Amino acid sequence: MRNYLAGAALGTVLAMTPYGLALADTPKDTLVMAFAIDDIISLDPGEAFEISTGEYTGNTYDRLVAFDIKDVSKLRGTLAESWTVSDDALTYTFKMRKGVKFVSGNPVTAEDAAFSLQRAVILNKSPAFILTQFGLTPDNVKDKVKAVDAETLVFQVDKPYAPSFVLNCLTATVASVVDKVEVLKHEKNGDLGNEWLKTNYAGSGAYALRQWKPGESLSLVANENYWGEKPKLKRVLIRQVKESASQQLLLEKGDVDIARNLEADQLKTAKGNANLHLVSAPKGTVWYVGLNQKNQYLQKPEVRKALKYLVDYDGIANVIMAGRATKHQTFLPNGFLGASNETPYSLDVAKAKDLLKQAGLENGFKATIDTRNVTMTTQIAQSLQSTFAQAGVQLEIIPGDGKQVLTKYRARNHDITMFQWGADYQDPHTNAETFASNPDNSDEGKVKTLAWRNAWDIPDLTKTTAANLMERDAAKRAAVYQDLQKTILENSPFIIMFQETEVAVARKNVKNLVLGPSFDTNLYAGVSKD
Amino acid sequence: MTERAEQGGPETASPSRSGARQASPGRVRLKRAGLLLLRTFGSLAVTFLGLLIITFLIGRVLPIDPVLAAVGDRAPADVYDRVYHEMGLHLPLYQQFFDYVVKIFQGDFGTSVLTSRPVLDDIVRVFPATLELATIATILGVLLGVPMGVLAAVHRGRWPDHCVRVLGLFGYSLPVFWLGLVGLLLFYMKLDWVGGPGRLDAAMEDFFEPVTGLILVDALLQGDMEVFWNAVSHITLPAALLAYFSLAYIARMTRSFMLEQLAQEYVLTARVKGVSEARVIWRHALGNVMVPLITVIALSYAHLLEGSVLTETVFAWPGLGSYITSSLLNADMNAVLGGTIIVGGVFIGINLLSDLLYRLFDPRARR
Repeated sequence: MRNYLAGAALGTVLAMTPYGLALADTPKDTLVMAFAIDDIISLDPGEAFEISTGEYTGNTYDRLVAFDIKDVSKLRGTLAESWTVSDDALTYTFKMRKGVKFVSGNPVTAEDAAFSLQRAVILNKSPAFILTQFGLTPDNVKDKVKAVDAETLVFQVDKPYAPSFVLNCLTATVASVVDKVEVLKHEKNGDLGNEWLKTNYAGSGAYALRQWKPGESLSLVANENYWGEKPKLKRVLIRQVKESASQQLLLEKGDVDIARNLEADQLKTAKGNANLHLVSAPKGTVWYVGLNQKNQYLQKPEVRKALKYLVDYDGIANVIMAGRATKHQTFLPNGFLGASNETPYSLDVAKAKDLLKQAGLENGFKATIDTRNVTMTTQIAQSLQSTFAQAGVQLEIIPGDGKQVLTKYRARNHDITMFQWGADYQDPHTNAETFASNPDNSDEGKVKTLAWRNAWDIPDLTKTTAANLMERDAAKRAAVYQDLQKTILENSPFIIMFQETEVAVARKNVKNLVLGPSFDTNLYAGVSKD
Repeated sequence: MTERAEQGGPETASPSRSGARQASPGRVRLKRAGLLLLRTFGSLAVTFLGLLIITFLIGRVLPIDPVLAAVGDRAPADVYDRVYHEMGLHLPLYQQFFDYVVKIFQGDFGTSVLTSRPVLDDIVRVFPATLELATIATILGVLLGVPMGVLAAVHRGRWPDHCVRVLGLFGYSLPVFWLGLVGLLLFYMKLDWVGGPGRLDAAMEDFFEPVTGLILVDALLQGDMEVFWNAVSHITLPAALLAYFSLAYIARMTRSFMLEQLAQEYVLTARVKGVSEARVIWRHALGNVMVPLITVIALSYAHLLEGSVLTETVFAWPGLGSYITSSLLNADMNAVLGGTIIVGGVFIGINLLSDLLYRLFDPRARR
């Protein structure tokens, strides 16, 4: 009745106004997206380290090398035309592509590439470790990374790392090449243009930044100087829409071309809508449950194993996550070098009870689980609660805001927690380092890997993980990662459950939307509209 | 209205007139006004300080690591430590607070870690969106709510009264989030009467250069009627929704104030004297009700100016509510404190304004 009244009132008002028939279509040359982009903190590729900023820099900046999104083990040159690795595996020499220009019109030279890498190391922001792990420091980086001439860049590392590892790291956002001349024009107090680049742009990618209104929108415009195939659409408009139901309405109505954050039930509805189609890609993100080894029950190997049998993997993947994840139990997501597809665990209450009995806990025990209070995570936690209970393990769910749960986790004050882990760069080491390495398990430990956060002391695995970084034979390197995955699967305090699938829903007329395996390979350049 | 106008007039002219006729009462009055001003500012300062201290403390006892918002989860230890020191978190609490207050007096609200921009810039950007929405909602709420409350009081116990009561009840009990979505589904999706989430259509928004940030005003200033009507279509639904909630409150309060007045003897006297019923209700009774009603309206307006998080979320409205909330959830304390100061300032400002209007409308308050 209330709606009827409001409708009647509005109806009279609106009948007098000229917008009775709103234009439902988005502009022909523009891709309009509804996307929760409120995680953007800085647009400076030397600092950007969030999901949305990864996508932004992937479309607006180029790196020296890039991986093939269909087969990540294949690398190709982008701003570098070719490269060589010295026999001692300490020196990498890149030959720059000729005739490439920044959006400013300045030529892209080895000088820019050297400056960009030096800059990222000197700024030393969150993602800098991807480069500093090669022994680069703000003090030595100008000697280690330099332009020999306009076309030749030399990059020196401190140890003979696996070349695949080094090159994979150079595909990351932090290794994006910025326009040295343009950036230095805006330098303030020796900040290497960081303050300016946080909200501005100086790159050579397919699209250039038009403007960023925090909390509102991000708009891109095709880069006229782009060296590769020119983008099909002139503009890309990303509108910040946090609420998925609102995204759904905008999409169904045709006010946006693509919705990026629809939830499971909305995806189901979208599948049945002839005007829409779904595009999905497995991402390098795994969902896992962490068991704190400081807890007297959880530190028992039998308990860790029992809990792995108390998860309804298929039910959660098919019903709760419906299309947004696949069952995956090893720490390397599919698509990474050496990734294993083994899934030995399924819901088996009898087995779990047996294991609990061996641990002397046939009557079960009580524990808490910290989860972020978002719909899907809460639903998964509830599923765990019910399956754990079948073997007598009473789970109390403590919901909290993301940062709050994370703070507690980083202080190792949880019993059990559930989180996602996304790869930082497209190399297996990023996950091996966090799941299978813990250099200092003391409370003062500075390297807060996931193993550390769950107080899992593993000196041997830590050594293996570090040693494998030097394995120059890719096949051998992959074999060691497979062994590590087996060990983690067997013994670890991690119940790895799913690999995330990213799903975007687009209007029927949107063609060639490609989502890559990482967040910085969701590329807009090939997208067209009928 | 005439009687009020007569009483309102001398108020502004009084210092000179009374000063000319009898010097001493004028001076007393001036002195009293000065004292009042001083007292007002004194209590303002204390309120602000209290507000600051409490917000600051809440921010520091939240179980959220503020460095996380700035550097993210993956930052290596040295980066984390550096930012921890840069944010001054190693200092004792009182010193952090002192430094903060000193900076505020220098007009520096600090930088938000979530947007990498000065907090003041952020607020200047998000506040107009909220202001525009709240103002329209309040105008609608008053224009509809007051007559409805009057009608309900006059027809007490009969159908208009019941209608208003039921309407009010819905207003109190329906979740705004749900109502917003249903509204969008009906008026945006099915009927195509209003614009969808956002302040303008996406393509239009990208090209529109705001001046004041109040899009309706900006569009009129720039003479761009296409943008204006588009903005109207987008603001209609969220404004109507918020108006509904404030209307429910205003109507209920108007009703109870009116009932009280209608039971007074002067109403009986007026009726006996043969004054028309319309005049009795709309002039005499409502005139007297205006005084407490102003406080009610002002409070409801101030409340809307805080920004409604849920409405802003459903309608993708980049306002103050979502700004402060997301800042709070990330322990982005500069932004939270900045936002709180603004909201507090608005509250205090509106209270002062309603005090002023109160004096204007109520002859007794002027003595």
